[in-house]
Amino acid sequence: MKSKIHTYLNRTTSAAPLAVFRIGFGVMMLYSIIRFAAHGWINTLYIEPQFHFSYYGFSWVQPLGNATYLIFALCGLAALFVALGYKYRISMLVFFLSFTYIELMDKTTYLNHYYFISALSFLLFFLPAARYFSIDTLGNTVAKDGKKQTPQIPQWTIDSIKLLLGVVYFYAGLAKLNSDWLIKAMPLKIWLPSKYDIPLLGDLMQLEWVHYAFSWSGMLYDLFIPFLLLYKRTRIVAFAAVVIFHVLTRVLFPIGMFPFVMIVSALIFFDSGLHERIISYIRRLLLPLKRFFIPLSRKRIPKKAMELKYKRFILPVLGVFFALQLLLPWRYLAYPGELFWTEEGYRFSWRVMLMEKMGSAQFKIVDEDGKSFYVQNSDFLTPFQEKQMSYQPDFILQYAHFLGDHFTKQGHKNVAVYVDSYVALNGRLSQPYVDKAVNLYAIKESFQHKSWILPFNDEIKGL
Amino acid sequence: MKLRNLVLVLFAAIAIGSCSESEDDGVTTTDSFDRKALLENAADNIIIPALQDLSDDLNSLKTSKDLFIATPNQANLDELREKWLDAYMTWQYVEMFNIGRAEEILYSFQMNVYPTNVTDIQNNIASASYDLTSPNNNDAVGFPAVDYLLYGTANNDVDILNYYSTDFSAASHQQYLSDVIDQMDALTTTVLSDWTGSYRDTFVNSTGNTVTSSVNLLINDFIFYYEKGLRANKVGIPAGVFSTTPLADRVEGLYSKEFSKELALEGLQAVDDFFNGRAYNGTTTGLSYASYVTELRTNNGTSDLTTAINNQLAAARAQMNVLDDNFANQVNTDNTLMTRTYDELQVATVLFKIDMLQTLNISVDFVDADGD
Repeated sequence: MKSKIHTYLNRTTSAAPLAVFRIGFGVMMLYSIIRFAAHGWINTLYIEPQFHFSYYGFSWVQPLGNATYLIFALCGLAALFVALGYKYRISMLVFFLSFTYIELMDKTTYLNHYYFISALSFLLFFLPAARYFSIDTLGNTVAKDGKKQTPQIPQWTIDSIKLLLGVVYFYAGLAKLNSDWLIKAMPLKIWLPSKYDIPLLGDLMQLEWVHYAFSWSGMLYDLFIPFLLLYKRTRIVAFAAVVIFHVLTRVLFPIGMFPFVMIVSALIFFDSGLHERIISYIRRLLLPLKRFFIPLSRKRIPKKAMELKYKRFILPVLGVFFALQLLLPWRYLAYPGELFWTEEGYRFSWRVMLMEKMGSAQFKIVDEDGKSFYVQNSDFLTPFQEKQMSYQPDFILQYAHFLGDHFTKQGHKNVAVYVDSYVALNGRLSQPYVDKAVNLYAIKESFQHKSWILPFNDEIKGL
Repeated sequence: MKLRNLVLVLFAAIAIGSCSESEDDGVTTTDSFDRKALLENAADNIIIPALQDLSDDLNSLKTSKDLFIATPNQANLDELREKWLDAYMTWQYVEMFNIGRAEEILYSFQMNVYPTNVTDIQNNIASASYDLTSPNNNDAVGFPAVDYLLYGTANNDVDILNYYSTDFSAASHQQYLSDVIDQMDALTTTVLSDWTGSYRDTFVNSTGNTVTSSVNLLINDFIFYYEKGLRANKVGIPAGVFSTTPLADRVEGLYSKEFSKELALEGLQAVDDFFNGRAYNGTTTGLSYASYVTELRTNNGTSDLTTAINNQLAAARAQMNVLDDNFANQVNTDNTLMTRTYDELQVATVLFKIDMLQTLNISVDFVDADGD
């Protein structure tokens, strides 16, 4: 066994797939950042709001006023350098840190695919993705005999990306094994009919069997696609499915860049031959520009595949990383109550598009004289923040503390904060959500179960 | 896989994907609910008739006003007050439609911002030069300003009549009253003529599920009105639910002292009528958000929401009926009844804002959502 692992870890392969992956990743990230800025979202999401929702333990990560633009610029620049393979390690590190910083600034914008980007960029930092077709190695791809030669890298570095993609899909599939998704076709039964205005597909979206077909095929797709991509004989069909599936989700839902990220990422499953062809294609495109790149290259002697001195360090780190990836989605089992209702352990688990959830939360401030008044949430939150806050308990608690602090500062004494809240989940009529007799200002945020969330009064079976 | 094929596939994917980012209003589909008929019912049987009626009322108000200015006596004052109330009641059916021209000219801000600002009104009168359309004057015009001018300028009717007849500045008082009423009429004519002109067709054909389609704008305006114009302004704010103490001077119709309940009940009726697609001043009903919600929830197998909403509106009405005709009195004598009314109205807010919007799944794509 041990020797098998050893042999596997020593197995090498062409660096081309990883190089193509790096370029695709860098280009898409650069485009994402530009798109984000062009929509004006840096301003509306990070500069305009007077208050930001922080992840537990990360309240020190805050937007930096107008300097927030610089973080985005840095992130975009790092993505460009990653694509070019210029000072790859440091660029990848800067990208990972700046991107993650951006995500940590306000959890209102949490999306699984942003988390995916953070996780993937962490992984990429450790991989030799700039070993081939990069500015960093521009001077040293020519071997002694004058023939161009693709460098070799360890097989596991490519497989680790496949593993991460596999985890994302497979866990997304597991999360769909519940009665709302499979038996009730919820929330697709709510979402799809509202797409009546999409050309060609609009009418189809009204049909009940379509809702079920989407639910079930989505579940099957997520569970099996990693395996179908791994297996050579099904790979092309599987890739076609990837394209169709993600384009369809892009047409039906406002999910931004994610479909393209996944489509391009799935190319990693193909053999190096395809990647070599992609590279030679790009090479021809870039040929006229070559003289601009050459001065940037570090002309150094080619090293052996993968810096072995890091092996002791990198492998354990990635081992822990993947163990966390596999375990984190199960942490919800440690909490009582329905996961969809309490959302304790919901994030960072590839639970995507599972819930149509809306809430309303009316906060009441009571001071020591027993005088009380309700808060107009729009005085403090953007509409998007209010929407996200109204059905997520950790948001409600943090906002209650913000309000408590705010009104204490205004001179109210012994402030208590209560909330009158309702939440509707997957078409069920709205129900009271938080115990309105609980002073939230007196409750500390923690990973403990939030006992002040009222019971769900229904059951969702399954994982 | 051939590289060229791959490039083709990726290009096609990006092209199809990017197309969906553009926004197109007005599409024709054949799913079972006729959104265009909903919009036609709203425009032809509710919005335009209500505006028409308001326009007629304001015309009568103008006539009475001219009569009163010519002969400021008690009979003419009574007549003028009556016409003001008629128009104010009709206004309750119009305020929620902050769409099209009404939205562009900030119609409701120029018609019903209360409490009115007496200092601003007096300064305007004193200076004799004012731009009534200026945002600074939003609280010195419209129904609340007329309320003050007809009921609040003095403590009794004799002195109020003097204010417009024997007072040193009677002429400027008359002029301001006249200008404010004329302005209300002119604004209403502007909004109405846009509806009877080209806007009606634009409106009924915008049936897509986008941020700017009529189907979505109309329901958002409706909910905004219910939550702000009705629930908060008419009941919540005077009852002090948003402040440490009750604010009796924030009621609608503060100076006339007897119509706040009547106006609020009328506003609630307007909400009920619109939600259920009931024709203005009639009993016939057409396609409405109520029928839309019913259809969607029947199709997706979830429980009845329309009945829940109508029951809750009825409960709110019953609670409101218990209140004093003058909400200011109610706040000062027994505010708990006021807050109880607010609570009933709030329950319906939840049903509208959460349950109904979830059912309609209105597009509010201000940012990316999660993918899969």
